Amino acid sequence: MKFVVAIKQVPLRDSSLRIAASGVWIDEANLQYEINEPDAYALEEALQLREKHGGEVVVLCAGPERAGQTIREALAKGADRAIHVETSEGALDTLATARLLADAVKSEAADLILTGLQSDDLGYGQTGVVLAELLGMPHSTIIMQVEIQDGALRVKRELEDGWFQHIGMPLPAVLTIQSGLNKLRYATLMGIKKAKRKEIRVVKAEAGATAPVVIEKIYAPLKSKQAQIFTGDAKTAAAQLVEKLKFEARVL
Amino acid sequence: MSVLVIVEVGHRMAGEALAAGQQFASAMGAPVQAVTVDAEYTADGFTATYEAHVRKTKPKLVVLAHTYQTRDWAPKLATRFGTMLISDVIAARFEGWPVFVRQLFQGKFNADVRAAGDGPHFVSVQAGAFPPVAADAVETLSLAAAEIRQRPEKPFRESARAVDLTAAPLIVSVGRGIKEQSNIAVAEALAQALGAELAASRPICDAGWLPMERQVGSSGQTVAPKLYVAVGISGAIQHLVGMKGSKTIVAINQDPNAPIFEVADYGIVGDLFEVVPALVDAVRKAKG
Ligand SMILES: Cc1cc2nc3c(=O)[nH]c(=O)nc-3n(C[C@H](O)[C@H](O)[C@H](O)COP(=O)(O)OP(=O)(O)OC[C@H]3O[C@@H](n4cnc5c(N)ncnc54)[C@H](O)[C@@H]3O)c2cc1C
Repeated sequence: MKFVVAIKQVPLRDSSLRIAASGVWIDEANLQYEINEPDAYALEEALQLREKHGGEVVVLCAGPERAGQTIREALAKGADRAIHVETSEGALDTLATARLLADAVKSEAADLILTGLQSDDLGYGQTGVVLAELLGMPHSTIIMQVEIQDGALRVKRELEDGWFQHIGMPLPAVLTIQSGLNKLRYATLMGIKKAKRKEIRVVKAEAGATAPVVIEKIYAPLKSKQAQIFTGDAKTAAAQLVEKLKFEARVL
Repeated sequence: MSVLVIVEVGHRMAGEALAAGQQFASAMGAPVQAVTVDAEYTADGFTATYEAHVRKTKPKLVVLAHTYQTRDWAPKLATRFGTMLISDVIAARFEGWPVFVRQLFQGKFNADVRAAGDGPHFVSVQAGAFPPVAADAVETLSLAAAEIRQRPEKPFRESARAVDLTAAPLIVSVGRGIKEQSNIAVAEALAQALGAELAASRPICDAGWLPMERQVGSSGQTVAPKLYVAVGISGAIQHLVGMKGSKTIVAINQDPNAPIFEVADYGIVGDLFEVVPALVDAVRKAKG
């Protein structure tokens, strides 16, 4: 079977982010990057499905040149090859991204396309769903378990408040994966070595149609409550806090 | 020029979608129509039904609640109209064209996003962003004929919950800032000193460091204790919806810009590995 995993490169978690001079995106100078968290789980799931059912795992990534490093890391974990749709710097809207991904993957005749349920940067949470629509494939989202039986899928979808639901659908299909459905593996030294020889097909992104949405400005959010912040050394701050909890909030 | 609100009847956000729709409509000077589908949910079925309705009624703006169901199909609907869903919106302005406010980087920034073109525009609103109105006067559409490829089974709950966090008056909740499983003890000591239940953000339960039943948030439990102490939790919206009704919220985080401070009453900016042990001492002293 052919498994395709669409991954995105995002700034390293806990990076200190600053707004760029343009005011419409973050300052990308001096940032480090990593794979978007739910995409890492999607990759792991594809690797486990390949171990069970045989076949091939193809990594698909739309992003600027720097995304190449994240692609290599996915290959080092065990993906077989990759397609890198190279875009210019800055954020693309999800429709544009999904169109690039759909164009690049069409000729692959994938059996199953997996991707994370949302990105940690833009957080629109729809690339997988839009990709499915563009490719004419069925899909399901927020997936916590994937089974393939007799050429069809049965997945476990997360609902709200601790509920779940199984859903069946034919292949080929697109699934968006929720973090936590499996245990992530680390790349081995051998894997890192092998990755150097694996194929990354680079496709230059064509300039897309006009964007359906435009970011006009980004800014720090306004606080809905004004928190009292205690500073200074830990001991002093802790004492001040406990004082407030006891005499102001009266919760001790 | 109208506003169409798509209502998930029975969902706790139904009245919020309607409130947002009414607010946007009055800013636009447009009438509102609220609709729902009376059928079992599938992405294919709902997309086909609402596509037909949008083509027929030609709204300028389509408003939904940002629920798990909306996430599953509304982007597909927007794609059919050559546009995208502006998801998880917390506010809107109308200055000739609509500008929507949504969060980036898990709540670290807000963005003003302009919907280009003449519409229809598709927007889903975040839980808690628009105070709900009564979800009445909702018209029911019948399911359009379409090929439905998803076969949903009956929803289920994994297992009975041994811990009922909703009854706990005091909660200490631990997040990824704790870094390692063995460090959970640091937060546990604080819970013990306070006489509080221990809870966690999702990554902690995903990693198996604490059981799922201790998870707070949209996919875990919704709690509203007298005191909620968030230790090393960033404050992503999916966590906030599960705890922002708490009476007093304390946040301990080394990042002064962490979104958790936006809902906190008290905060200590610092390294939890220094702050929490100091807090344990101070609590013990105060309790005598
Ligand atoms: C559909 C969906 C459902 C979800 N459901 C839930 C849910 O029910 N519950 C939930 O919690 N999440 C849920 N999430 C995940 C959510 O989006 C966040 O990813 C998650 O809440 C982040 O957890 P965190 O705050 O512990 O980790 P992070 O976001 O990684 O934050 C860790 C924080 O610790 C701080 N920190 C690090 N080191 C230290 C230190 N030494 N001292 C002090 N502070 C430190 C950092 O500054 C950071 O703010 C869901 C996501 C999706 C998409």
